[in-house]
Amino acid sequence: MTSSVSITLERCGRTFANGHTALHPLDLSIAAGETLVLLGPSGCGKTTTLRIISGLESPDAGGRVRFGERDVTQRPIEKRDVGMVFQNYALFPNMSVADNIAYGLKIQRLPATEIRQRVDEVMAMVDLQGFGERRIDALSGGQKQRVALARAIAVRPKVLLFDEPLAALDAKLRDRLRIEIGQLLRELNITAVYVTHDQAEAMALGDRIAVMQAGRIAQLGTPQEIYHRPSSAFVADFIGAVNRLEVIGSRPQGRLVVHGGELHGPHLSGLPSIYCRPEDIQIVETNVAAIQGCVIQSVFLGQTQRLMVDTGSSTPLQVDAPSREHWRVGEVIGLTIPPEVLFHPEQCNSQRDVQEVAHG
Amino acid sequence: MTTVSQWRLRAGAASSSAKAAAGPAGTRRQQRLALLALAPALTMFCAFWLLPFARLVLMGAEIDRGSGISAYLAILTHRQYLISLAATLGVSLVVSITAVGIAGLAGFFLARHCFPGKAALVAILTFPLAFPGVVVGFLVIMLGGRQGILAQLSQWLFDERWIFAYSLTGLFVGYLYFSIPRVITTVMAACETLDRSLEEAARSLGADTWRVTRDVIVPGIAPALLSTGAICFATSMGAFGTAFTLGTRMSILPLNIYGEFTNYANFAMAAALSVVLGLITWLALSIARKLAGSSLGAPA
Ligand SMILES: Nc1ncnc2c1ncn2[C@@H]1O[C@H](COP(=O)(O)OP(=O)(O)O)[C@@H](O)[C@H]1O
Ligand SMILES: [Mg+2]
Repeated sequence: MTSSVSITLERCGRTFANGHTALHPLDLSIAAGETLVLLGPSGCGKTTTLRIISGLESPDAGGRVRFGERDVTQRPIEKRDVGMVFQNYALFPNMSVADNIAYGLKIQRLPATEIRQRVDEVMAMVDLQGFGERRIDALSGGQKQRVALARAIAVRPKVLLFDEPLAALDAKLRDRLRIEIGQLLRELNITAVYVTHDQAEAMALGDRIAVMQAGRIAQLGTPQEIYHRPSSAFVADFIGAVNRLEVIGSRPQGRLVVHGGELHGPHLSGLPSIYCRPEDIQIVETNVAAIQGCVIQSVFLGQTQRLMVDTGSSTPLQVDAPSREHWRVGEVIGLTIPPEVLFHPEQCNSQRDVQEVAHG
Repeated sequence: MTTVSQWRLRAGAASSSAKAAAGPAGTRRQQRLALLALAPALTMFCAFWLLPFARLVLMGAEIDRGSGISAYLAILTHRQYLISLAATLGVSLVVSITAVGIAGLAGFFLARHCFPGKAALVAILTFPLAFPGVVVGFLVIMLGGRQGILAQLSQWLFDERWIFAYSLTGLFVGYLYFSIPRVITTVMAACETLDRSLEEAARSLGADTWRVTRDVIVPGIAPALLSTGAICFATSMGAFGTAFTLGTRMSILPLNIYGEFTNYANFAMAAALSVVLGLITWLALSIARKLAGSSLGAPA
C-alpha cells in the first residue's frame, strides 16, 4: 500500500464565527503508521481536530497542518488523500455497494478492470464478498460501516480518519468491528486518527491516546500511561473508574491517614489526596487490613463485581471483588492497597517531567 | 376512469395493509369498521367528484357542434386543437424546466449561504405566491404590454416598441413568475435535509465541486426537483387567470375550454378538452411522484 505519512499540527486552534472556541491552539504530532485516538467527552473538540486534519475545517490564523514535510494547511480535503469514516456511514444512497466503493477510483480515472479488481480486493478485506450489487438501504448498520471502510481504503489514502464510527452500532457488533478495524489498521500500516468517546475502544485501538477536555489535550500517551499514570483527576476519572482518597493526616515513615485506616505511601507524602483503581484494592481478613469499611452495595459486572465500601469518607470506595464470592450488605470487610498502585495525577506529571528531562 | 381504477387499487392496498396489521380474528371487524369510517368520504367523493366527472367524460364523447364527430375524435383530428394542445404542453414544459433550472440554483445558493438581508430577499422572491393569476397577468402587461416598461424603454433606445405580453412569451413570463417562488421554497427545504457528510465523504474521495453537485447534491434533491417541477407543469397547464388577462385570442387549452363553453355553447368540446387537460395533468403528477419515489428509495 501507499507509504504512510506523519501528521503534524502546529498551534492549530479553532474559534467559530459565533465566538465559541472549540479548540485552543494545540501542537500534536502523529508518527507515520501510528493510530492516534482522540478521546474525550462530547463537545471537547475531537471532531473539530479531526476536521482540521482532514481539511474540512481550517485552523485559525497561525495554525499549520503538515503531512510529512509538506504543508497542507491551504489544501482542501479533496487534495489531501485522506479517507474518512463517519458515524452515520455517509454512503451514497443512489449507488450500489460496489459503486460506492468504486467512487474514489472512478474519480481517479483508473481503468475499469483495475477498479473491479481493487473493489473485489477491499470487499474481501472487510468481509463483504458477494454484496457488490446490494442497495445501501438493504444493508445492516454493521455492513454499512464496512462498506464505508472499504470505500475509504479503496483509494489507498495516506491517512485514515474515523469519527466515532462505531457509536451507532449495538455493543456486540461494536466489539467485533472494533477488532476488525484494529486488524485492518495494523495490516495497512496506515496513519490513522480515530475519534471516540468510548475509553475501551480507545485503549484497544490506540497506539497513543490524546485525552481531550474542553478544547485542549489533557494528556497524550500510550494506553498504559494514560490508564496507570493519568496526569489529572479528569483523565483518571474519564479512563476507567478511580477512587480518590482524602489524606486526613500523616504519620512517620510515609504512613498516610485516610478514612477507615492508614496506608503506606512514602512517595505520596504531603499530597492532600491519593488515587487508586478499584481492581488494585485487595480484600483481606479484617485483622491484617490497612483499612476497614462497610459494604453498602454490590454491582455484579459479570467477570467481577464492584463493591461500594463506606469507610467514613464522603464518597464510598469502589472495590473490585471476585465475581463468585458473596458479600452481604452491611458486612464489614478489610482492605489493603499496595503502595505501588497508589498514585496522584500531579505526581504522575512531575515523574513524566523528570523522564522527559532525562531523555532530552 | 383511470383515476377511478387507481383509487380502487389504493383502497385495496389500504385494506390489505389493515389486514396485515390486525390479527386474523379481528380482521373482519376491522374491515367493517374501516368501511364505516370511509363512508362519509366515499359519499363526498361520489357526489362531488365521481358523478360530475363521469358526466363530463360522457359529454366529451358526444357530437362536437363544429365538426359533427365525437369531440374526442375532433381534438385528435383537427389541427386547431392539436396546435393549441401542443402550445399549452410546450409552454408548460418550458416553464417548468426553466423554473426548476433557475430557481433550483437560486434555492440551493440561498440554502447554503448566509448573508445580511437574506431573509428579506427570500421574502421578496416568494412574494409572487400571494398573487392570483389575474394580477400576475396584469404585472406581465405592465412589463411587456403596449404601454409596458419594455415598450417605453425600447421606444426610447431604438425607436420601436417591443411588446411580448399578449403572446406565448408573455404567458411564459407570467407562468415563470409564479413558478419560481414555489421551486425556490421547495429546493431550500430539500437542501436543509441534505446530509452534509455525504458531500464531505465524496470530497474526501477526491470529488471536486462539480462532481459533488452531480453525484450527491442533485440526486439528493432530485425528488424535490421532480415533484416541484411537476406541480409547476400542472399549474401552468391549467392556469386561467393569467392567460385570460393577457388576451382571450391566445390558443391554449384553458382558454379554449372557456371559449367553447361560453361563446359557442359547444358543451361536448368543452368537456372533451377538460378531460384531456385533466388527464395530462394527472399523468404528469403521477409520473413525477413515481420517479421521485424510485430515485431515492426508502429514506435512510
Ligand atoms: N460550526 C460550528 N459553529 C459553532 N460551534 C461549533 C461548530 N462546530 C462545533 N462547534 C462547537 O465546538 C465544540 C466542539 O465541537 P466538536 O469538535 O464537534 O466536539 P466533539 O466532536 O468532541 O463532540 C462544541 O461545543 C460544538 O458545539
Ligand atoms: Mg464529534
